Amino acid sequence: MPEGDGYDYKIEAKAYTASSSGASVSPAESPDQELYHSKSWWTTYVFSQDAKYIGIQYFCAATAIAVLGLVLSVLMRVQLAYPGLNVLDPSTYYQAITMHGMIMVIFFLTALFLGGFGNFLIPLMCGARDMVFPYVNMMSFWIFLLSLLVLVASYLVPGGPTGAGWTLYPPQVITAGTPGNLWGLVLMLVSIVLFVVGFTMGGLNYVITVLQARTRGMTLMRMPLSVWGIFVATIIALLAFPALLVGGLMLLLDTVLGTSFYMPAIIATSNFGNEVSTEGGSPLLFQHLFWFFGHPEVYIVALPAFGIVSDLISVHARRNIFGYRMMVWAIIAIAALSFIVWAHHMYIAGFTPWFGFFFASTTLMIAIPTGIKMYNWLLTLWRGNIRFTVPMLFALAFFITFLNGGLTGMFMGNVGTDIALSDTYFVVAHFHFTIGIAPVLVVFGAVYHWFPLATGRMLDEGLGKIHFWITFVGAYMIYFPMHYQGLQGVPRRYFEMYNSSQASSSGLNEFITIVTIVVALSQLIFFYNIINSARAGKKAKKNPWDANSLEWQTPEMPPKHGNWGRTLPVVYRWPYDFNVPGASKDYIPQNVSPSQVRGAKAERT
Amino acid sequence: MNRSTLPKGWDGFAHDWAADQKVFKGMSWGKAMMWIFLLSDTFIFSCLLISLLTGRASTAVSWPDASVVFGLEVFGVSVPLLLIAIMTFVLISSSGTMAIAVKYGYEKNRKLCTIFLLLTALCGAAFVSMQAFEWTKLIVHEGVSPWGNPFGAEQFGAFFFMITGFHGTHVTIGVIFLLIMARKVWRGDFDSGRRGYFTTMKSDYLAIEIMGLYWHFVDLVWVFIFAFFYLW
Ligand code: HEM
Ligand SMILES: [Cu+2]
Repeated sequence: MPEGDGYDYKIEAKAYTASSSGASVSPAESPDQELYHSKSWWTTYVFSQDAKYIGIQYFCAATAIAVLGLVLSVLMRVQLAYPGLNVLDPSTYYQAITMHGMIMVIFFLTALFLGGFGNFLIPLMCGARDMVFPYVNMMSFWIFLLSLLVLVASYLVPGGPTGAGWTLYPPQVITAGTPGNLWGLVLMLVSIVLFVVGFTMGGLNYVITVLQARTRGMTLMRMPLSVWGIFVATIIALLAFPALLVGGLMLLLDTVLGTSFYMPAIIATSNFGNEVSTEGGSPLLFQHLFWFFGHPEVYIVALPAFGIVSDLISVHARRNIFGYRMMVWAIIAIAALSFIVWAHHMYIAGFTPWFGFFFASTTLMIAIPTGIKMYNWLLTLWRGNIRFTVPMLFALAFFITFLNGGLTGMFMGNVGTDIALSDTYFVVAHFHFTIGIAPVLVVFGAVYHWFPLATGRMLDEGLGKIHFWITFVGAYMIYFPMHYQGLQGVPRRYFEMYNSSQASSSGLNEFITIVTIVVALSQLIFFYNIINSARAGKKAKKNPWDANSLEWQTPEMPPKHGNWGRTLPVVYRWPYDFNVPGASKDYIPQNVSPSQVRGAKAERT
Repeated sequence: MNRSTLPKGWDGFAHDWAADQKVFKGMSWGKAMMWIFLLSDTFIFSCLLISLLTGRASTAVSWPDASVVFGLEVFGVSVPLLLIAIMTFVLISSSGTMAIAVKYGYEKNRKLCTIFLLLTALCGAAFVSMQAFEWTKLIVHEGVSPWGNPFGAEQFGAFFFMITGFHGTHVTIGVIFLLIMARKVWRGDFDSGRRGYFTTMKSDYLAIEIMGLYWHFVDLVWVFIFAFFYLW
């Protein structure tokens, strides 16, 4: 071991063999996983069945589509600030908004957190050699890629992509006059169906790997919170995507076959040239199906972010996570509650006040577990030995941003205030803070944190800090003023503000747009940093952040195919043993047995 | 892992979830995966059926009478629900043959296992064929289409073709896999350790049980679809 992390590997080697003596670890329940061994360059790097590669492939594909989402948002912002330039007309604006929303929520963040980080981290953190079904896992990525191609192809078909907003509400989405109401919509729905199929193949892998393929000693309550977040988010996704699938299927039939699941009495001449008259459909049904998926979706993105940020905070503050079990139960409680709040997106759809009462109550109940998590992060930081590394900066920024978004959530969750604020820029500010900016900040932090594990090299700190400050401060300057605009009544989804009475708002629009361009360009620093560091960055020492979780304890770094060399690791403790009184180092990795730690008084195993 | 030494009842539940390595002790990855998949699929069918209820409650015209739509004339006498009764009977019976196939799989009785797998596939195929017959009859002779029908609310046809079609697709996929499994068992892949063509992994007779889980699920779902469309 050329660059050791300072641990006494002689003792550790002994622990592998003598594990039965000291702490009792039950024997292996199933034989070692048999791995697929690739024979050619193609099956090693392209059609790879190694979860680590698949994770990186997911990461790259999701990031690529995010760039499209970002470019679209810049175009929209330019249009809003300088309508005179006419970069977009009403149709293209709507198409941009729809594609931007869909891309960012589903094809970027969901794919990135579950497909990207899930694949990369779950086997490593659980001490598995790979996902349980590598072949299915590989197919998951390729179907995802196909769904991306179908999505992008909607820019090439007659009429362009659909332009009904990412919520795709019928009847508007189908009727003539809405851009892309034929081919664009069909491609969007096909793309979504493909995404769900691909995701399910991957998702089953993530869930079963966590449930059934952990290493010896790795109990559920010893898993890093990153795994918990991704795991629970995957379960939510497996139960929530069905609603989108069914909703989308019915919408597809309404579009292509002229059924009227959702279409109330309407005569439309649009559907593939046929004149169809519909009646008796229920547009509200789509809203219910969409949001039964749509709200849990928010937590599909947020829970992995919660989990990862917990680990970033703990490692970089050298403190055990405060209230680990509480954190786990909070994740589970949030997940459970997320299934009974969906209609808070439909307060203005018109239903009885009792309905609103129920959904407002459940919505506000989510604030309890979320609040617990916020306080626990704060208490983890409290008197911690904080290292202001780039991942830590991003984690702190997440904390502030999410707090902000959570507070405005109080306004959106209550029926009375929501009805006033609905469809204004207040909403745009709220959801960008919570599911836009906050998770993306975590993604950045996570990339800086795990980049050494993936490539063996460190990302440049200096560039990282520049990138951080521009992104964080910039994002605040973009979205904070939108609260004000929203309170002024500036409506959402308008391609131009005309000469409204809010003169102050149009000045703000220019300001926001200029900052947007700066922030968008500053992402080039990030990409440059990644490409440059992957080639010529500083070589990372083993376990560069002095972390405890298993992914850093592989025999090689970056880990090879099969992750663990000849013997699987044995786990003796949770991943948060930082600054244990009496221990010689300020961290004790999960695979260090109690007998190896001399003098420690309060280690938790 | 010796399962008989594990604690039983609620203690066992707590023990398994608090244990390392596996939550479902002694359960193979593939089987666990099938269970979770079926859970997800249950949500798909639930969404479909709940949508049916909602859609049915909000139509402008009244919902067609099932016994009229699905009647079948035999020798000049109209018998309501005849075809569907046969279909249901065939599909439920196939669950029985499937269960027997699983049993023979565990006994490594290749011949009988293959036969019962093929029987199951045959029942499945018969079900799909009868469904195709029913669809043709409805579309061609009775003018029921996804966008309209002479009996009442047009959503009837829409939901009917969508839901039975979705279920029929499940059956068809099941039949295909049953045939693949039958071939594997017949060839003795599970004894010789022959590797899968795509996955390059070995498999064993557990695969039959996993196949069985899927098949029983598809049958069970049919019972609900049957009740929602034909009996109500
Ligand atoms: C710097 C980055 C971003 C900028 C400048 C930006 C800008 C915008 C703009 C201008 C709109 C349209 C507002 C309107 O006219 O109503 C919008 C909508 C939206 N954005 Fe972003 N956005 C960014 C990042 C993100 C991210 C990361 C997400 C991830 C979840 C996201 C999700 C959405 C959604 C869901 C919508 C709503 C689309 C709709 O109304 O149908 N955005 N964004
Ligand atoms: Cu919500």
